[in-house]
Parts: sequence; C-alpha cells; structure tokens
Amino acid sequence: MAYAFDFGWLVEYWPVLLKGIGITLELTVIGGLLGVSLGIACAWARALGPAWLRPFVSAYVEMIRNTPFLIQLFFIFFGLPALGFRLGELEAANLAMVINLGAYSCEIIRAGIQATPRGQFEAGASLGMTRFETFRHVVLVPALQRIWPALSSQIVIVMLGSSVVSQIAAEDLTFAANFIQSRTFRAFETYFVSTLIYLALAILLRQVLRGVGWSIFPKRGAAAR
Amino acid sequence: MSLIEITEVKKRFGDNEVLKGINIDVEPGEVIAIIGKSGSGKSTLLRCINGLETIDEGSISVAGAQLLPDDLHLKALRLKVGMIFQGFNLFPHLTAGKNVMLSQMVVKKTPKAEAEVMAKKMLDRVGLGHKFDAYPDQLSGGQQQRVAIARALAMQPIALLCDEITSALDPELVNEVLAVVKELASEGMTLLMVTHEMRFARDVCSRVVFMHQGRVHEIGPPGEVFANPQTPELKQFLGMQ
Amino acid sequence: MSEFTLWDILRNLLLATRWTIVLSLVSFVGGSLVGALLLLLRIGYNKAGRVFARGYIELFQGTPLLMQLFLAFFGLGLFGIDVPAWLAAGLALILWTAAFLAEIWRGCVEAIAKGQWEASSSLGMGYIQQMRYVILPQALKIAVPPTVGFSVQVVKGTALTSIIGFVELSKAGTVVTNATFEPFTVYGLVALIYFCLCWPLSKSSQILERKLNVAHRNH
Repeated sequence: MAYAFDFGWLVEYWPVLLKGIGITLELTVIGGLLGVSLGIACAWARALGPAWLRPFVSAYVEMIRNTPFLIQLFFIFFGLPALGFRLGELEAANLAMVINLGAYSCEIIRAGIQATPRGQFEAGASLGMTRFETFRHVVLVPALQRIWPALSSQIVIVMLGSSVVSQIAAEDLTFAANFIQSRTFRAFETYFVSTLIYLALAILLRQVLRGVGWSIFPKRGAAAR
Repeated sequence: MSLIEITEVKKRFGDNEVLKGINIDVEPGEVIAIIGKSGSGKSTLLRCINGLETIDEGSISVAGAQLLPDDLHLKALRLKVGMIFQGFNLFPHLTAGKNVMLSQMVVKKTPKAEAEVMAKKMLDRVGLGHKFDAYPDQLSGGQQQRVAIARALAMQPIALLCDEITSALDPELVNEVLAVVKELASEGMTLLMVTHEMRFARDVCSRVVFMHQGRVHEIGPPGEVFANPQTPELKQFLGMQ
Repeated sequence: MSEFTLWDILRNLLLATRWTIVLSLVSFVGGSLVGALLLLLRIGYNKAGRVFARGYIELFQGTPLLMQLFLAFFGLGLFGIDVPAWLAAGLALILWTAAFLAEIWRGCVEAIAKGQWEASSSLGMGYIQQMRYVILPQALKIAVPPTVGFSVQVVKGTALTSIIGFVELSKAGTVVTNATFEPFTVYGLVALIYFCLCWPLSKSSQILERKLNVAHRNH
C-alpha cells in the first residue's frame, strides 16, 4: 500500500470538528431529556393509562421501533412540509431523535414499571393515593433505577445514531467530517479521527449517565437487596 | 495410608480466612457428617476437596492423587471423587438418562451402548429406572437429586461428596434421597456429607465433624459427639437444632 | 416529466427492497459467523483473544454505523481498488452485526447458572467439553429470541448503506422522491415497507421470548 497517511489538516480544521461535536452533544442532551420524558409518559400510558389511549401508544412505539431512524428523519424533514409543517434542520433532527428515543425508552421503562411488586401499588392505594399519585411518587423512581443501565445504553445508541442527521444538513460531527474530507480529500483520515471522537463521546456519555444515575437514585446497601 | 488425607488446609477469600488449618483423614468406607453453622467453612471444605475452590496452603490427596490446580491433576482427582450439590445441577437440556451418560462418554470415552447400560443400572439403583427419558423439569426435586446421585455414581468414584443435598428439598422429599444415601453407605461407599439432618448423621455416620470458625472444633463417633459435646459452641449448636 | 402513479412509486420501491433483503441476509449470516468466532475468543481461554474481542466489540458498539460504513468505503479504497458500494456496505454491516451478536450471545453464556459449570467440572469435564456439551446447548436456546430481535436492527441498519451509494430501499426512496416531488407519500411508503419487513421479526422475537419464559417456569 503506497498510501501515506496525513493528519496535517487537523491543524486547520479542528474548530470545524469542535463545532460539530458541540452540535452532536446539543442534539444528544435535548433529545435525551425530552425523549426520556416522552418515554415516561408513554410507558405510563401503556402500562397504567386509560384503555383507549393504549392502542395509539402501541402503534407509535411499534411504528418507530420497526423503521430506520434515517427514514423517520427524512419523513419529518422532507415529508411533513407537504402538510405545511416546515422545520429547520436542527429542529427536525431534534424532533426525530425525541420521537425515536421516546419509543425505545417507553418499552424499557415499561419493563421497569411491570417489574414493580404489586404490593407497592396496594400500599399506595391503602394510603389514599390515586393511581397516578402512586405512579408518580412510589413506582416511577425505583422503576427508572431498575432499568437505568438499559436506558443509558439506549441514549448512547441514539447519540451514535444521530450521525445520520448530517444527511439533512444538520451540522453535527459527521457533517463536519463530510465537510472536511470534501476540502482536504483525506477521507479515510477524517473519518478515522471522527470515529475516534465518537468513541470517546460514547465512553464519556456512558460515564456521565452512570454518574447521573448514581446521584438521582437512592443508594441501596446490600441489606436492601 | 488413608483414602482421603486433608492436611493443614487453609483457604482465604480476600482478607477472610474461611479455613484455618483443617486436618481430617478419611478411611475407606467411612461415612462422615460435617456439621456446623453457616459460615463455618464446611461447604468450602467440601468444594476444596473437589477442586472447585483452590486451596491457599496445605494439601489434599485422594487415594494417592494430589489436588493440584492444573487440569490433568484436577481431572484425575475428579474421576475418583463424585460430588452432589444442594441445587441438583442437572443439565436441563438432557434427559435423566443422557445426564448420566454424558460424562461417561466425553470424559471416560465410554462407548455409547456401554454408557447407556451403566446409566440404566445407576438409575435403577436410585429407583428411577423408569424415568430414563424424562427431562429434569418433569421430575420432582427428590427425583432430580437422585438422578444427580446416579450421574455421579456412573463415573464409579471411590468417594462421594454431598453438599447439603437435602436442603433445597420439600420436607416430604427428603427421605427418599436420604434412603438412597443410606443404601450407598451400607454398600461401603465412602461419603463426606455436609448436612443439617442430625438424625441421619447420628444413625448412619461413622464420624461427625463439627466445624466452627474455619476449624475442626470437635470430631468423633456420633454417639460421643451428640451425647457428650465437649465445647460450649457445639452444645449451643446442638441446642439450636 | 411524466406523471407517476402510486403504483409506479410502489413498484420501484419494492424492486429496490430486494436489495435491502439480500443485504440484510448477507449481513446477518456473515455477522453470525464472525460473531461466533468473536464469541469463542471473548469467552475463551486465551487472554490475548479475550482482550482483542473486547476491544473489537467496544469499538463497533461505541461508534456510529455510518462512520464504519465510511471507513470501510474509503479504507478499502486505500488499497487502490475502486470499491463498489455493495462491498463496503456488506463488509461494514457484517463486522458491525458480529460485534452485537457476539455480545448478545456472551450474555446468554453468562446467564447459564454457575452450578452447571460446577456440576460438569465435578464430573471431570474440561473447559471445551463443558462448553460443547453443557453450556452452549443451553445458551443457544435462550439466545434465539434476542438474536431474532437483533435481526430487526440489521434490516434497519441497511438503510444507512444508501448514504455510501448502495441502491436499496432508502436510496430508491430518495431517487423516487427527486423524480416525483412527493416526499410525504414516498417516505411514508418506504417506512411502511420497512415496517412490513421488521415487524414480523420483532413480533416473533417477542413470542419466542414468552415461550421460553413459560418453559422456564416449569423448572
């Protein structure tokens, strides 16, 4: 292989990468927060909500989980304007991520709710709480704690999946990489570096989420197991 | 030379020394009950004899085979000593018969037909010849444990280690398993059992070992140990039963 | 420009769907083979093998599939070959699938109770015999539902190959959209076709899982 690797472009283009990283993180934070919130609402609706609401939530969840994120993104960005619903690249990217994570986290959180011992609901009821109050104050936090590792992995997956938002010209890290390689013609090196950045972001995000879990959930000693 | 020689065996889990120098010699045909509180190290001792735990100091030998932590020595030792577990540990994807046949075929390279004959014989011996084709989840706990015994016997060990083999059983199923063990004892099998069945220990065993805090606290024939405990710890333990 | 009927659109999309299916099958089968090798390294005796497999899995699970596709595409190009998109797509998807399947299967192997290892040890079996006769047969059984479930991710993953120019369902969607200016209809149909491919797989994974749980309760 007579190819000589060249990473000299980094000197000139690192601000572009940095900006892309910023957008990727922004998308992840907003998508993560709103997506998990949507997931909690849907999980409540599917596990405990009114019967008429459940088929709608199920349809949403199944629809999202069984179609590619890329197509969801295209549908939102290119398809919805036909209905007079026009969004900018970043808004469309964010919306797609929220809707996507909402569906996945719904299923994960629902599993956590369903693992709640029946006695917890009965205890709540016997103390005079409504079903919703029991859910809100008694069931939700332990349920989230139970599935936090799975939810964290899903958030990391969504962060990595966000690389396709470059396809609607949202200027994330992948977009930055595409831009740089089109200027420098150093495609392999550019994507190699961006891949490593994604890897670092994934490892970092996993640690952050572990920290978040550690700080928002009550600590359990060995005795509580 | 004794059949099983346990000499100055020490075992640590991190900072916690669970065996603090154990010495026991077992003669052929002896039936030994190991009793004691949980955490006294009795299960760990049994697991060490089978090489499921490595020992930190001391030595264990069975019929001249030394316990050394390499595969060859371990295999040689395990061919001489069978083990029965509290949780049965039958292979759930195999029928009772296949459970008994498997290790004969893959470890001893016994031809299939021969292994099958042996499996039938051993299942008959524990009273389950008619369950040859049943899967473990179709058997009661007592039956599963008897298959586990047949499985160990099929390897023709010279001694059997029984680790609380009736503790996971419903009370009404305990006796069918103990009856099998009693039968083995009367046939001259060397047995080391960790057990909570004091009556069984008294009736069947030749010696009783009382373990306390990682040491052999008292040892002797069941008549002496049960009727005339020497230490306050054993008195208290027996009082607890 | 000629007029496109709904049937014209659908027909073009369905023709392209063939390539989505072929690529999914190739990726899944190839990924299973490579994944099985990775699994053996990951749970094997050899320390270097374990470290390699762990690194491999971490790398492929911790980076975007899109980046892997780019790297395969441009990386193969470094060898001076003019890389066809299908080759880069197939290669990247196989390697990506392998990482996830190996990790799923490792979970299944580790889910086998410790007592199974101990019982087979006490009967004198060595590591390979234990794996072959006791652990893997049980692990394989519980591995079926999550493996089928992951096949959905593979089908969806093939959509990204459109970005490096492989013509499958998603690419056809873009092409047809550009010709018809009906993105709402076209992407709606594309989504529907993906749904028809994926939903039966998702559903069978769930049903298999439920069956397995029922079978387990009998123990």
